[in-house]
Amino acid sequence: MAAENQVVFRVRRYQPQGTKGPYYQDFRVPYRSDEVVLDGLNYIKDNLDPSLTFRWSCRMGICGSCGMDVNGKPRLTCGTFIRDVSPGGIVQVDPLTGFNSIKDLVADFDPFMEHFLYVKPWVIREKQRPLSEGEYTQFPEELAAYRQQSLCINCTLCYAACPVFQGDNHFVGPASLALALRYIRDTRDEGADERLDLLSTPHGIWECTFVGECSVVCPKEVDPAGAIQSLKVLATIRHMRKLLMPKFASR
Amino acid sequence: MDRLAFDIVVVGGGAAGLRAAIAAAESDPKLTIGLVSKVYPMRSHTVSAEGGTAAVMRDYDNFELHALDTIKGSDYFADQDAVEFFVSKCPDEIVQLDHWGCPWSRDDDGKIQQRAFGGMSVKRTCFAADKVGFHILHTLFQESMRHPQIVRLDEWFVTDLIQENGAAAGVVALDIRRGELSYINSKAVVLATGGCGRVYEFTTNGFIKTGDGMALAYRAGAPLKDMEMVQFHPTCLPGTGILITEAARGEGGTLINKDGERFMKKYLPSKMELGPRDILSRSEMIEIREGRGFKGPHGDYMGLDLRHLGEQAIDERLPMVRELAEKYLGLDPIHEPIPVRPGQHYIMGGVSTNLVGETPVKGLYAVGETACVSMNGANRLGSNSLSECLVFGKSAGMAVAAFAKRTGWPRGGAARDALAKQEARIFGGLLKREAGSESLSGIRREMQQIMERDVGIFRDEKGLTDACAKLATLRQRFANVSVADKDRVFNTDLTQALELDFMLDVAQAIAWSALNRRESRGAHSRTDYANRDDANYLKHSLAYRTDGAPRIDYLPVKITKWQPAERKY
Repeated sequence: MAAENQVVFRVRRYQPQGTKGPYYQDFRVPYRSDEVVLDGLNYIKDNLDPSLTFRWSCRMGICGSCGMDVNGKPRLTCGTFIRDVSPGGIVQVDPLTGFNSIKDLVADFDPFMEHFLYVKPWVIREKQRPLSEGEYTQFPEELAAYRQQSLCINCTLCYAACPVFQGDNHFVGPASLALALRYIRDTRDEGADERLDLLSTPHGIWECTFVGECSVVCPKEVDPAGAIQSLKVLATIRHMRKLLMPKFASR
Repeated sequence: MDRLAFDIVVVGGGAAGLRAAIAAAESDPKLTIGLVSKVYPMRSHTVSAEGGTAAVMRDYDNFELHALDTIKGSDYFADQDAVEFFVSKCPDEIVQLDHWGCPWSRDDDGKIQQRAFGGMSVKRTCFAADKVGFHILHTLFQESMRHPQIVRLDEWFVTDLIQENGAAAGVVALDIRRGELSYINSKAVVLATGGCGRVYEFTTNGFIKTGDGMALAYRAGAPLKDMEMVQFHPTCLPGTGILITEAARGEGGTLINKDGERFMKKYLPSKMELGPRDILSRSEMIEIREGRGFKGPHGDYMGLDLRHLGEQAIDERLPMVRELAEKYLGLDPIHEPIPVRPGQHYIMGGVSTNLVGETPVKGLYAVGETACVSMNGANRLGSNSLSECLVFGKSAGMAVAAFAKRTGWPRGGAARDALAKQEARIFGGLLKREAGSESLSGIRREMQQIMERDVGIFRDEKGLTDACAKLATLRQRFANVSVADKDRVFNTDLTQALELDFMLDVAQAIAWSALNRRESRGAHSRTDYANRDDANYLKHSLAYRTDGAPRIDYLPVKITKWQPAERKY
């Protein structure tokens, strides 16, 4: 492994029970070329300041809990190498933009959970299929139609990157909308119309201005921006159907 | 939270806990279920499971064969009634998840695809690419949201079990975000907090796997069964311990030493790289000890070679393997072998339960990796653990629902007493204590190093005796740990201290159970007792907590129709 280098972690601190507001604190952190920003934060917590507060678990980019702003960009800290984000010898770490900080780097996740629930992220069917009828037939190309949107790990980096969400935290937002499309495109689901009606509301798909930053920051290539555009097309078709053929509005 | 009482409290929001909560909710819509988890459920460690979920789904397979593979893999140490029950229920769980939207990988005819896995004699492992745990967890979590009677307490840390006249009557929990302790009354409690990999230094487990549920049950008087049976997975990335799925070998990947030799031909020629995990991990360690490992910055390692599979197969069925290798090692498995070595991965042992999750403590249930039914015996086969969470999650969920319906509410006095005790211990003790002489991270590191060195893949009397003594000292030194962060809100310094407290209990149970098993069986490999000894040790270990060393007792292994034989492949 490469010789140890030194870097300064400039970390945004905030203790809700403390007397001062948010401030930045610098820590000198040694690092090797194979270490990530999360390793640096753990070095601080274990050796310099046990009160530094942040969430993490899997350290392999799948649990989605360690999202933070690194040098102003939303990243998973377990997948961001220190060597790549410390050109001037400084790494700045902030809680994810657009969410309130509960303490230090821990963001308040509740607004996201509300939006997540809003899109009804489960299989909607008029009649549940009994277990005795066995598995559904789903061809590989049918799986491929929603697979990309099913890869979302709910890390909320896309919300932190979304200028619309920054202005209006009632906006249902990228990850939740991608999830809606994931179920709409699933051959086992019958809830497309119900969801499209839910999403064609003031805080739904039409609020998206297609800036596309959500897809840029997504660590799992879910492409929420693309998903939202697909939803706009589906919602438009449904709207036209309702206007032209009210009797056949439902599929 | 205006009402801290639920018919049932489920602790843990991974596959086992969610499956239990959904089963309980479905069995009676009037039951209220409190799902208490120290993380948002989709962060639970189920998310990291990669390879698949075993079930008999095709004509070429049958229950008898799945049962025999499991029992043989367990080194004839699994309870055979549990295995028979388990294999018969797996297929329904696969179908159930399909109905709930799990994106199973499919064959060209639209049926759920199955792949080969270590120790399974036919293609039996259902999968959703190589992110099976992730997809199962998200499917269950999203399905659970359909049930309004499942009330989630996200980011609540359970510190103690409430017992009234010996029976489980709820939990005391810390609302991490508000920094307040509360009691939660219930008629029954289900523990589903997963494993305890973080007692080891080199583990595939996430940071949250600290054995909380095991320690909670242990403190409440329930025995921990077969804790010496710890699984080491043969393909982990050196340095981080990140898991490379067994599916990589199931799809045809090979293991090579530094001479390019497929060394498994010396150890297990009939199964090669698809042997059980305990045998593969030991073989790798022998290769490394005898100087045939590749040299690397994080120690010697073996090579996992996927080059011959080709880009298309890797991208279709092992995308996460490629992603992890590229991201964390900067190498592309299409062109280079992946460096791997064995690491702690799973514990076969856990809270002793029967087939429906009941522990010896009335009203207390355990399920998933937290529990030991026992269906994994001395070595679990890959892809049986997700199925275990589903099958026993459902059976425990249904059983606890029935129990809650016929049981009255606790009176409440015990809850107030338990809360007062926890407030004194945590807020009065840990948090008030001024700078102690010991550091939290220091004691944790020492514990992990002891476990790694002396309670690892190879064990002996001297090392285990030493480990037991050192762990006892660490337990005493823990009393001098202070929490530097005095701010109650989201105090992870405090929760890490509570986790370490739990882990020290669990580590002691593992070390003492290992010391007392003077034979080699499955994952428990004693260099001083190299053979399996059915005459003396065809019995499960039960560790009971005392003020000093754990008391070790035994329970016979249940044999139904497969007589213990030498494990030959």
